[in-house]
Amino acid sequence: MAEHTAHHTEGHEHHVVPIRVYTWTLIGLLILLIVTVAAGFIPMPVWLGTVVALAIAAFKTSLVMAFFMHVKFSGKLVWLFAAAGFFWLVIMIIFAYADYITRPWEPVPGF
Amino acid sequence: MSVKEAEVLEHGTSLAHPAHEEILGEQFETLEQQNNAYLIGMWAFIVQEVLFLGAIFAAYGIYRLKYLHEFTLAHKELDWVVGGINTLVLLASSYTMARAVRAAMQNKHGRQILYLGFTLFFAGIFMFNKYIEYSKKYEHHLIPGWGYDAHAIVEHGEKKKILEPLPDGNYKIKLETEKTVTPEEFKQRTQLFLGFYFILTGLHGLHVLVGMIAIGVLMVRAYIDYKKRKPVADYMPVEMVGLYWHFVDIVWIFIYPLLYLIGR
Amino acid sequence: MATQTIAHGEQQRVNYLNWKTTVASWLFTYDHKRIGILYLVSITIFFLLGGIAAALIRMELATPKGDLLTSDVYNKMFTIHGVLMIFFFLVPSIPAVFGNFVLPMMIGARDVAFPRLNLLSWYFFMVGALLATIALVKGGIDTGWTFYTPYSSSFAKGEVSLAIVGVFLAGFSSIFTGINFLVTIHKMRAPGMTWFRLPLFVWAMYATSLIQVLGTPVVAITLLLVAVERSLRIGIFDPNLGGDPILYQHLFWFYSHPAVYIMILPGMGVISEVISAFSKKRVFGYHFVAFASLAIAIIGFLVWGHHMFSTGQSIYASILFSFLTFLVAIPSAIKTFNWMATIWKGRVHWEAPMIYALGFMGLFVIGGLTGLYLAAMATNVHLTDTYFIVAHFHYVMVGGAIMAYLAALHFWWPKMTGRMYPQSWAKLSALLVFVGFNLTFFPQFILGYMGMPRRYHSYPEEWAALNLLSSAGASVLGIGYLLPAIYLVWSLKYGRVVTERNPWGARGLEWELVDTPPDPHNFERTPIVTRPAYDYGHPEEPTGIIPKPRPVVVGGKDG
Repeated sequence: MAEHTAHHTEGHEHHVVPIRVYTWTLIGLLILLIVTVAAGFIPMPVWLGTVVALAIAAFKTSLVMAFFMHVKFSGKLVWLFAAAGFFWLVIMIIFAYADYITRPWEPVPGF
Repeated sequence: MSVKEAEVLEHGTSLAHPAHEEILGEQFETLEQQNNAYLIGMWAFIVQEVLFLGAIFAAYGIYRLKYLHEFTLAHKELDWVVGGINTLVLLASSYTMARAVRAAMQNKHGRQILYLGFTLFFAGIFMFNKYIEYSKKYEHHLIPGWGYDAHAIVEHGEKKKILEPLPDGNYKIKLETEKTVTPEEFKQRTQLFLGFYFILTGLHGLHVLVGMIAIGVLMVRAYIDYKKRKPVADYMPVEMVGLYWHFVDIVWIFIYPLLYLIGR
Repeated sequence: MATQTIAHGEQQRVNYLNWKTTVASWLFTYDHKRIGILYLVSITIFFLLGGIAAALIRMELATPKGDLLTSDVYNKMFTIHGVLMIFFFLVPSIPAVFGNFVLPMMIGARDVAFPRLNLLSWYFFMVGALLATIALVKGGIDTGWTFYTPYSSSFAKGEVSLAIVGVFLAGFSSIFTGINFLVTIHKMRAPGMTWFRLPLFVWAMYATSLIQVLGTPVVAITLLLVAVERSLRIGIFDPNLGGDPILYQHLFWFYSHPAVYIMILPGMGVISEVISAFSKKRVFGYHFVAFASLAIAIIGFLVWGHHMFSTGQSIYASILFSFLTFLVAIPSAIKTFNWMATIWKGRVHWEAPMIYALGFMGLFVIGGLTGLYLAAMATNVHLTDTYFIVAHFHYVMVGGAIMAYLAALHFWWPKMTGRMYPQSWAKLSALLVFVGFNLTFFPQFILGYMGMPRRYHSYPEEWAALNLLSSAGASVLGIGYLLPAIYLVWSLKYGRVVTERNPWGARGLEWELVDTPPDPHNFERTPIVTRPAYDYGHPEEPTGIIPKPRPVVVGGKDG
């Protein structure tokens, strides 16, 4: 691509991405949208339905972040910040759910 | 480090290109430093947004585990077609936003205004659909704390043979497993679902609205830059609003399946 | 900047205090130093208000009968004390005042990365503080600072929603400050200022900012959900409506336990600076202290469940949280031992900031070690909601954080104002605070162990003696806090004028390269850092140098 006005830096490079990258990203997202709607109507156990829906959403998110938000073309620091929020949210959910999921295992409720 | 190394370092910090001067903040040495700072700052802001909205998702998940039957019935009140169209519209707007950022990086003001306009247009469709959805909820008395009434949910459940009124007045909900609840409990818990629906989509809608205002401001700015024929315009505001806009899109990517779709 | 360079040698040098003096120049300033002063003035007001509430509480508790305050007013009083002290004094104290004032200088920057956001966050803070104060005074609230549901929802009295909005705004002020400092530390360091040359205060501020950005949004949304629950009557947290009050506590403590580290981590950073400056020695185990800050921030996020051992939380989750709580003691201990090793064989100068820092170490160790009693699930059940808890967290937050705040205030006061306070008075007040603090709160450990519950305005006769002792200690403590307010203000007009850059002979860019009081732009030109922090072993080598101007640059940029 001729329009590579790139100066490499730690955080970010001024990177003009070819249009086709965006177009393919959009096409990918639309396909995944159809998949996630279809998955909603396929009869399956509740937990599996949730896992599938979350997996597709996570995949869509990674597409948006990698290409639309240029994480793929940016430095490590951007990558780190992009991951930190979601990582920390997952930590919060795991530790909070650790309580809710193990409550029924107790010998007496509220043991 | 020796003084010699220090000299090298000093020359490493090249000062601003004259053309950059008017867009370079006083606290920065170079435009590169400024752009990086704004970029990381925006990402840090997105980190806090992830936790801010993510906590509601976490709470929603806990109640969905607890009240699976009631939530499943209530979520069938949401229109998955309108939600799907809105997903489509938001994804498209993300695409046009990415193109607008690209145009800004290339200093092409006209194209930038065009794509920002597209984005604004899609956002308008999104908000219009939201309005339709909300007013439907109002017609069915499904707005929490505002004359909330679960009758519509009960009727639809009966029609789909998922909910069965028992002779003692309680409701029996039949999914993979069965659960019997009193009408009062049913009302509270479906109201809780709709509460989450309104909090999540409401806060998301608020973010869309803020984004629309920001895009409007960017369009005016780009127009002024275009009139002045600025050789080097600051593309960072467009890039930052772009990041914000894509993040709002990501939030919807999670709202749509978790609220509208799973358990259809 | 050129004009300032000319004025440099003269008596009335241009500095950040005198270059503009109108009220508007203060209220609309983007200068990080002025914003730091704005915070200093505003949080002092809230410290005073919260302190008055504390005084009333201790007066009530001086006698066993609930005679001074009715139980209702007493509830409101400890809520005022908690809300003001935590959200409007401790959380912004060191980060917003000294983080703002010294952090950019320490890393060799002209300002923080986003000066306008910095000012905005002060306004968020002030509006939030105003709303909360209105709520607390008008009608008052009796939920305690935690806003626990259902106290704050179905059984709430007073202006809970207004107070929540106030805390919400203050939360965003804190988030903005955190974002600003994260970016500043990442992107604004002067050339040569590598990560391991950073002063440990900067490391501590980095860890603090991480908590502010990752934790505060969660409490903000949680409080918003309470407000929604209150206005729409949906059962997010109310068990009567199908909600789970324990979920509130999960979300609340996900922020509010790390918030304890928002209060103490910057304090630890200050102590590293002060101990090293007055022992004339590099901080022992620099890397360990730096990484201990990060470890405290990260592990500190994973321990929140220890506030909920005696709720309906699953015992399995409690075991996990208990274990992780014990882990967080390790980095805290690393820091304490390393400070002690720094003093060891140092040339200790017994100036006022050092006395405060030593006071911090004594009180923090007691506060930290009693935390281990509370981390153990069995003793926790016995001690929950007793005065043992009250004493424990006051040892950490008042004994720790406020001692460190005062140490910082005395350490950087000459840099901030260009005046020196009377040393003997400062040392006396440090001593009074230390003694008064222990008199106030040590008896509370014993009371708590005996089972005296917190949050009651009356108690049985047999606890009268210890409570009286505690109240008497509180008055000594009060004098200890009033003294600095008097002599520091006095010093503004009558204190010895400080013109030298480095009155303490400390290391660091803010002492070696910045004028006293600082220039509006801190440095003549961006410095180049040539030595690691605390290089007391090489007194002849400066930590950083100001490069000579290149002909093209001057005038072109500033003219």
